Amino acid sequence: MFDSLSGRLERLGASLRSRGRLSDADLDEALAEVRHALLEADVELSVVRAFLDAVAERVRGENVAQSLTPGQHVIKAVHDQLVEVLGGSALKVVYAAKPPTVVLLAGLQGAGKTTTAAKLAAWFKQQGRQPYLVGTDLQRPAAVEQLRVLAASIGVDVYSDPSDPVSVARAGVAEALRLGRDVVIIDTAGRLAIDEALMAEVRAISAATSPHYTFLVIDAVTGQDAVHTARAFHESLELSGIVVTKLDYDARGGAVLSARGVVGRPVVFASTGEKIADFDLFHPDRMASRILGMGDIMSLIEQAERSMDPEAMAESAQRMMSGAFTLDDFMAQLNQIRRMGSLGGLMRLMPGMTRDMREAAKNVDDGQLNKIEAIIRSMTRLERRDPSIIDGSRRSRIAKGSGSSVTAVNQLLKQFDQMKKMMKQMGGGTMPSLPGGMGKMAQMAARGAAARGESLPAGFEALASGMKSGAPAPAPSGGAKGKKKKGGRVTPPKQR
Amino acid sequence: MIVLWIVLALVVVVIGLVLVVRSRRRRPASPVLSAPRVAMPDVLVTQVAPRPEIDDGPGLDRRLAASRTIFDRVRSITSVGALSTEQLDVVEEVLLRSDVGVSTTNALLEQLRTDGAPAGVAGAIREALMSSLTADRSVRTRADEGRVPVWLFVGVNGVGKTTTIGKLAWHETQAGRSVVLAAGDTFRAAAADQLQLWADRTGADIVRAAEGADPGSVIHDALGRAQARHADLVLADTAGRRANSTNLLDELAKIRRVADRGPGQVVETFMVLDATTGQNALSQAREFLAAAEVTGIVLTKLDGTARGGIVVAIERELGIPVKFVGVGERAKDLLVFDPTAFVDSLLSA
Repeated sequence: MFDSLSGRLERLGASLRSRGRLSDADLDEALAEVRHALLEADVELSVVRAFLDAVAERVRGENVAQSLTPGQHVIKAVHDQLVEVLGGSALKVVYAAKPPTVVLLAGLQGAGKTTTAAKLAAWFKQQGRQPYLVGTDLQRPAAVEQLRVLAASIGVDVYSDPSDPVSVARAGVAEALRLGRDVVIIDTAGRLAIDEALMAEVRAISAATSPHYTFLVIDAVTGQDAVHTARAFHESLELSGIVVTKLDYDARGGAVLSARGVVGRPVVFASTGEKIADFDLFHPDRMASRILGMGDIMSLIEQAERSMDPEAMAESAQRMMSGAFTLDDFMAQLNQIRRMGSLGGLMRLMPGMTRDMREAAKNVDDGQLNKIEAIIRSMTRLERRDPSIIDGSRRSRIAKGSGSSVTAVNQLLKQFDQMKKMMKQMGGGTMPSLPGGMGKMAQMAARGAAARGESLPAGFEALASGMKSGAPAPAPSGGAKGKKKKGGRVTPPKQR
Repeated sequence: MIVLWIVLALVVVVIGLVLVVRSRRRRPASPVLSAPRVAMPDVLVTQVAPRPEIDDGPGLDRRLAASRTIFDRVRSITSVGALSTEQLDVVEEVLLRSDVGVSTTNALLEQLRTDGAPAGVAGAIREALMSSLTADRSVRTRADEGRVPVWLFVGVNGVGKTTTIGKLAWHETQAGRSVVLAAGDTFRAAAADQLQLWADRTGADIVRAAEGADPGSVIHDALGRAQARHADLVLADTAGRRANSTNLLDELAKIRRVADRGPGQVVETFMVLDATTGQNALSQAREFLAAAEVTGIVLTKLDGTARGGIVVAIERELGIPVKFVGVGERAKDLLVFDPTAFVDSLLSA
C-alpha cells in the first residue's frame, strides 16, 4: 500500500505524461491516491488533510521542471512535504556542560520504552559516552528486571530501588553524578495520557530530575490515536522529541507523521528490530524516501561503515573486481553483513527492490544464513578456492555434510558463479544487470542524476554519482557503456 | 533460494557503495556525506534546534476541535431516507478516526448509500456496525475426554499478552478452576518473572524455563504438570513477534502443534491486540490466523483514548471475533466483549 505509493503515482503520471502540465482534475486524482495511501498508513485524518493542502500548494506553486513528468512532480512534492512534516533535518544531540545529560522516556504501555532505554544506552556508549540507566517502572511486574537483563547484555549499570518512582529517579541521577556517568536515561512506567494520577507522577519525575531531553516513545503501528497520545504527553511534559519503535513491523509508520505533525517536535530516534543494534538517529529525508518506497541508501552505508572492517572490505572489493573472489571471501562478507543487523531490515533500506524481493527479504533471517554458511563450511579448502572442481560426488558429500540437499548446493554454486561474473563486469566498468528490481536501481540512480537540479533525495544523488564514479573503469562512463551493451536495461545518467 | 540472491546483492551493493563513499570522503568536496558524527560541542542546550513549526496551524487545531463534536453532528443529522454527500462525509470521518480503515469504511458507506437511513443516520451506522459484529463469541473451556484444554496467546510485542494471561488466570481461579500457566515467552528479558508474579498473585501453578529455552518444551512440560495434577486449564504465553516474518510465524505454528498434542488440546487461540493499533492489526490477524488458527481476539488498552475500530475490519474480513477486552491494569479490568457497548464507544469518539 504505502510501499507502492510512488509506484501508483508513477502509473498515474504515465497517463498524463504527454500533457506536460497537471490540470486541477489530474491533481485531484493524484491527491486522492495520496489520501488513500496516507489513511491506509494510519496517518491521522486532520494531519492527512493539512498534508494534502500543503502538497497541492506545492504542486501549484512550483514551476514544472522540464526533466520531471507530472507523476514525478507530484512524487517530489509529496516527498518534500514528507520531509518537512517529519522534521526537516535530524536532531543533533547536544550534551550538557555540567554532566550528566538527563534523558527521560515516557509513553503508553507496550510502546517499547524499556527496550528503547537499553538501545539508547548502547547508542550513547557507541558515541563514546558513559550512560547510566534508571528504572522507575515499579508498576509492571518485572519491568526493572527486564531493564537489568538488557543492560547487562550491553554492559551498562542500572539503578533502581523499590521506593517510589520519583525518588528512584532522583536517587538515580545523584548516583550517576557520583559515579561520574555523563548520560542518564530514565525509563518510566507505561501510562495512558488520560490517567491524571500517572501523568502527575511523570511530571513529578520530570520536575525532580529536570531532564535535558524528554522523549515520547511511540509504536510505529499506532493508529489514529497517535495524535491524542502525542498531544497529551506534549502538554504534560514539554517533549523535546519522539522515538519511534517497531518500524520493522510496517514500513509505513503513519503514526510518525501524525505525532510529528501534531506536537511539532522532531522524531529523533527510530528502532527497527529486536536486536540492540537495530536503532539509530531518525533521518526525515530517508524516512520520506522509504515511505515512498524509494529505499534509503544513506542509512545502509552508515550502518555498513559502523560495523564493517574497512581494511578487510577494501581488500575483498579488490578481489571482487579482479574476479579472484572465493567462497571464503563470500563467507567473510556474509559475517560482516550479519554484524550490521537483521537482513530484512537492511533490505528495506535498499532502493529499487521489487515487491517480491522485499517480501522475500522479510523472511531472511540468521537461520537461512546459517544454512548457506553450513554449505560453504562443508566444502574443503580447495573446493572453496576453486568451486569448479566440485563434481557430483563432492556435491552429495557437501549436501550431506551441511544437512541440506544437492539442489541447494547446486543453487548456491550456480548463483555464486553468476555473481562472480557480474562482479568482474563491474570491475571492468560495465554496469551489471542484476535480476529483478536490482536493475531498476540503476534506473533510479539515473533519474536521480537527471533531476539533480531538482534536489531529489540525497541518497539518490549519492547512488547516482556512486554508479558513475563507482567503477574505477577504463571507460569514461560506465553507465553509458552499460546502455549499449544491455540494450536499454540501464539508462545512463544524463550528461550535462 | 532467492535468499542467496539477496545476500549476494547486498554484499555487492553495500561494499561497492561504502567504498565509493569512502573514496569520495577522502576528497574534501562532499559536504553532505562528511557531515554526520562529528564531535559534539559540550555546551548546555536544552532547546532543540529551531525548525519550521507546522503544528498548531489554524487549520489543524480547528479541525481537531471539530472532530470532538463529530458524533454530535452525526446525531444532529435527523433526515430520514437517502443521505447527502455531506452527511456521508461526516460518517466517513467518524469511522476513519476510530481506525476502522479505508476499505471497511467505504464498504459501510456503500451499505448506507444503498439502504438509506430509514431510522435516522445514527441508527443506520449503528446497525451497519452491529451487522459486522455477528460472529460466535463463546469461549471454549472444555477439551475432549482425558485431554487438557489449552488457551494459547499470540500477538506482536507489547500488546499485553502476559498481563492478559495474568488477568484471565485470576478470573478462572476465581471461577474455581485450577490453572497452570506456561511461561512460553522465553525471549523477552524477564517475561517469565512477570508471569511468575501473576502466578503468585492468583495462586495458579506455573511452569517456566530459563531464558532462551525452547517455548515448545515449556508448554509440553506444562501439559504434563496439568495432566498429573488434573488441572482444568493451561494458559500458554508466547513471545511477542512481528507478524511479517515467516520464520517467527513458523515457530508459532510449531508451538501450537506442540500444545495441541498428547494430553493437550488447544481449545482457544487468542490474538492479543492493542487498541491503539491501526491498519497493521489487519495483517497481524491475517498472519496469526494462518499460522496459529486464531479463534478470538483480546482487545487490550481500551481504557485509553483509542477506539480499536480495526477489530470491525478484522471480524468482517477474517471472521475472527473479539472475545475479551482489557480496560485497565487490575485483574478485574478484563471484560467479556459486548458489541453494543463497543459500537457506542466507537461512535462517541
